[in-house]
Amino acid sequence: MSKIQASKIHRQFQVNNDFGKKTKLTVLDDFNLQVREGEFLSILGPSGCGKSTFLNMLAGLDKQDGGQILIDGKLVSDRSFDRGMVFQGYALFPWRTVLENVEIGLQIRGLEKKEREEIARYYLAMVGLTAFANRYPHQLSGGMKQRVAIARVLAYQPDIMLMDEPFAALDAQTRETLQLELIRIWEADKKTIVFITHSIDEAILLSDRVAVMTARPGKVKEIIDVSLPRPRSEEIRNSSEFAQIRQYAWSLIKNEVTKAQGLQESIENDQGRIMVQPILSLQQKFKDMIQKRIGGHNEKIG
Amino acid sequence: MRKLANFFTGSLEKTIGLILFIALWELAPRAGWVNSTYLSPPSAVVSALIALLKSGDLIKHLLISLQRALVGMAVAVSFGMIFGLFIGYFKKIEGYLDALFQSFRQMSAFALFPVFILLFGVGELSKTIIIFWASLWPILLNTINGVKNVDTLLVQSAKSMGASQKFIFLRVILPAAAPDIFTGIRLGGSYCVMSLVAAEMIGATSGLGYLILYSQETFNIPDMYAGIVGLAIMGLGINYALKLIEKSFSSWKQGVAVGE
Ligand SMILES: Nc1ncnc2c1ncn2[C@@H]1O[C@H](COP(=O)(O)OP(=O)(O)O)[C@@H](O)[C@H]1O
Ligand SMILES: [Mg+2]
Repeated sequence: MSKIQASKIHRQFQVNNDFGKKTKLTVLDDFNLQVREGEFLSILGPSGCGKSTFLNMLAGLDKQDGGQILIDGKLVSDRSFDRGMVFQGYALFPWRTVLENVEIGLQIRGLEKKEREEIARYYLAMVGLTAFANRYPHQLSGGMKQRVAIARVLAYQPDIMLMDEPFAALDAQTRETLQLELIRIWEADKKTIVFITHSIDEAILLSDRVAVMTARPGKVKEIIDVSLPRPRSEEIRNSSEFAQIRQYAWSLIKNEVTKAQGLQESIENDQGRIMVQPILSLQQKFKDMIQKRIGGHNEKIG
Repeated sequence: MRKLANFFTGSLEKTIGLILFIALWELAPRAGWVNSTYLSPPSAVVSALIALLKSGDLIKHLLISLQRALVGMAVAVSFGMIFGLFIGYFKKIEGYLDALFQSFRQMSAFALFPVFILLFGVGELSKTIIIFWASLWPILLNTINGVKNVDTLLVQSAKSMGASQKFIFLRVILPAAAPDIFTGIRLGGSYCVMSLVAAEMIGATSGLGYLILYSQETFNIPDMYAGIVGLAIMGLGINYALKLIEKSFSSWKQGVAVGE
């Protein structure tokens, strides 16, 4: 049986369109996905295709308008102790020390202070932050903050870890370090992870399977099996299998990025970001508009 | 030694304006620039202060003023915080009440004093109410704002860990809004002292405001200034106490670093 089974998910939001009128924006439509017990699954898709929206539903923070999501065969409930979420924006509590931040999930579960601290210290050590236990979040770098957030989720032992572009805001170096740490941690106890990213490389490096999404309205376009051996290390990036999968993933996602370009930014391939193609005809039109204005102005001055 | 010298030059820099002001104040009536009947020099004010301290009058009036200020503040803080937290939490209510609150806030407590007297008489009740009214609005509005502006990511984070509504309210929203609430309380504290004086100048027979007005009416000018100085000291004291409380609640902002 699948751990997570999402079928025919539909979600739309009320938004103001360009003219300030209320319209419906369909973000997810006919979205189907099955996540297996204990697998590391990445969802890869262009910005704005509905990745966070889906993850929020898994976390019980949002509700679909149609379709259903089953976790362990049961409908998702809004309060549950078996999911843990890592946000791109860290979501640490600024008035709590690092240690207290790691403890909070355990506090919610009603553990005594002593037990909480013991567990929290163990996971702080796992992410290499023992020395920073008494610091406050604002005294940490972005990478350290995200480590705290990961330790916090690990500490309360959820069945499923949900990660929403957790490394997207970090610099390349820190990101690579954390990717490898995550691999190490996950390979040690194989909890189910649903990991969202818009980096092809990151998805392939980490995952057992990569679900590639279409541009909005988002659905799963295809699932790529990443049959790279484990344990994985940095070097695997240079292997020919890795290159092949990357090539294939890129061919799948390319069109979707082009479709999404009109809306927002893009996907990363191995060379870094693919920028939005300049639309030359439009640029010429803008130039003419400005030229006309300046020309008219000059005439008046003259 | 160096440190001590630095300390003195440091304090000198900070207080130089005050020292110059006192010197000028002393000089003006003595040199005859200002009629000394209306402006007593600080030396005379200090001796008046000492006399008032010795007779016990100053302490008596100060304690009464302080009591009024504290009662008014306490009611304003509890009322403002409870309603502020409630209204901020249920954003819909806030929308309905916003215009009303904004107009109430603009309504000066001094302008309303006659109304309070009509309704509640000239006794302690209307004094407490004017102080309450003046300090309530900054506390209430800042609390509402603080709750409204709590980072939704923090609430979501707590929710994703399975937190109950109670946990979210007490352990996320309340601490997240605390800095704003304290800003409101400190602002309320200074409004409280201002309105206290007004309250004590109408129909009172005790308190520093009464002492000031009475001394002026009986032409005991050094006593009047002594009362003004006493009031200033009380205001500073209240502000300082509120600062201390605020600091103990937001020590994380200074951030004590332990263990490198
Ligand atoms: N609460 C909301 N109200 C209105 N629009 C929303 C809301 N949440 C998301 N959207 C819109 O839905 C689309 C998908 O959002 P999201 O799931 O965050 O995309 P991403 O794949 O980048 O994570 C975006 O266009 C976003 O603007
Ligand atoms: Mg997102």
